Amino acid sequence: MFLELYRVHLFIMKFFREAVSPPYEGKEILKQCYQVGYKSLALISLTGFITGIVFTKQSRPSLAEFGATSWLPSLVGIAMLRTLAPLLTSLISAGKVGSSIGAELGSMKVTEQIDAMEVSATNPFSYLVVTRVLATSITIPILTFYTALVALLGAYVNVSMSESTSFSAFVQAFLESITFLDIIASTIKALVFGFTIGMVGCYQGYNSSKGTEGVGKAANSAVVVGMFLVFIEEVIATQITFLFRT
Amino acid sequence: MLQKAKTENKKAVITIRGIEKSFGDYQVLKSADLDLYEGENLVVLGRSGTGKSVLIKIICGLLQQDSGTVEVLGSKVATLSSKELMALRLRIGFSFQNSALYDSMTVRENLEFPLVRNKKKLTKGEITKSVETVLDAVGLSQTINQMPSELSGGQRKRIGIARTLILRPEVMLYDEPTAGLDPITCIEINNLINEVQQRFKTSSIIITHDLTCAKAVGNRIAMLLDGHFQRVGTFDEVFATDDERVTPFYDYNFIQ
Ligand SMILES: Nc1ncnc2c1ncn2[C@@H]1O[C@H](COP(=O)(O)OP(=O)(O)O)[C@@H](O)[C@H]1O
Ligand SMILES: [Mg+2]
Repeated sequence: MFLELYRVHLFIMKFFREAVSPPYEGKEILKQCYQVGYKSLALISLTGFITGIVFTKQSRPSLAEFGATSWLPSLVGIAMLRTLAPLLTSLISAGKVGSSIGAELGSMKVTEQIDAMEVSATNPFSYLVVTRVLATSITIPILTFYTALVALLGAYVNVSMSESTSFSAFVQAFLESITFLDIIASTIKALVFGFTIGMVGCYQGYNSSKGTEGVGKAANSAVVVGMFLVFIEEVIATQITFLFRT
Repeated sequence: MLQKAKTENKKAVITIRGIEKSFGDYQVLKSADLDLYEGENLVVLGRSGTGKSVLIKIICGLLQQDSGTVEVLGSKVATLSSKELMALRLRIGFSFQNSALYDSMTVRENLEFPLVRNKKKLTKGEITKSVETVLDAVGLSQTINQMPSELSGGQRKRIGIARTLILRPEVMLYDEPTAGLDPITCIEINNLINEVQQRFKTSSIIITHDLTCAKAVGNRIAMLLDGHFQRVGTFDEVFATDDERVTPFYDYNFIQ
């Protein structure tokens, strides 16, 4: 257990060491970013939109009791931006992207493709791990704002069915309720989630055990461990942002 | 009549002295010594699990020995900085047992990869030309746009060899080049190994437990028994013995 933690520590340290030293794999990072976005986009759009509709619909009765349905945009907006969008995006990415990184690197490890890269004088760690972790760290924050946007659209669809709020008034109400701190906090949070998902996927794949069974295990642990860590980080992040708000 | 292996007055490209390597309690290599001379094909024979793959992984620095020295093309592998090791690896070709082609890339991209990564000054035209040359050398020009998953085992092996040849290595390390292939494909691979020796002027270590291959490609044979090299010489010299750790090899391969 402690040995494992120590190895994780070494792996993360190695990431930072390799990330700041050449060669920089710009092209490969872009390619991986595209992969991350492409893999999650459809599912994120759907989930975000539906969550927006459902969340708004569920919240309406409680607010209606106080005659406060006009608060819906701010309530939905804050909930989305602060928690739901980062969490939804990361969990979906952990499932789609984390598992595919785990499986891809795992099979490369098992079939000696990583060794082959190393003997042809390419540093496999920079080429495979650093690029993927950077890609998830960059792309998941972007996807998070996209999710929030789609969810707001969903919320507006629901709002427009019951109230005669115009879209611009809806957006106005949302913008007034959020703060700069919300945006910063969510960006940082999504970045940490993205880093975690990429790191866990790569660690599991890169250290996958021999045999095809090892590949399956790597993909599976990438999802389970990735999601688990994202939840823990969410709890910690919420505590920290509360400190800032008060 | 016994042939005497001609090793005198030849320059050693790889010198291995007293290397030891253990995994946990299990000692795989025990004080192994070996020389590879310039221009020769040296076959390393041994049963599965005797540490043949470990040996060549130590040679190219994928694994580190516990003690002893390995000198390749004049540098002591274990003492090199990572940059020096990279430079040395450009001069060594490694053909993996299961070919280790990059699954996500086409044959062309597989072959380009070492060049694009290491020879940044080359133009697109020069790269294409190198790719075509090595593909032609292994006789698989028609597969250039295929994915590795579409190739047969023998073809994958050839592409793997082509991918290492593209950097024009001085030393080739083949890990079980004929394992898992049908007899006719084996003969083709053996011929390819000999062609590579002639055409690219390489010095090679060929790991195998296949005596037909050993006989066809080996200028010298070194037998790995109990963690070190006990019988080194020409094919006939190595098998002129009653040692019951050696004879079963011969019996199985030829008299069966
Ligand atoms: N990375 C490793 N970790 C632990 N044990 C290993 C490793 N590589 C090889 N071994 C062990 O070393 C022994 C020799 O392996 P190897 O060199 O692959 O045999 P072969 O002669 O068949 O190529 C085997 O028992 C294997 O289990
Ligand atoms: Mg082996």
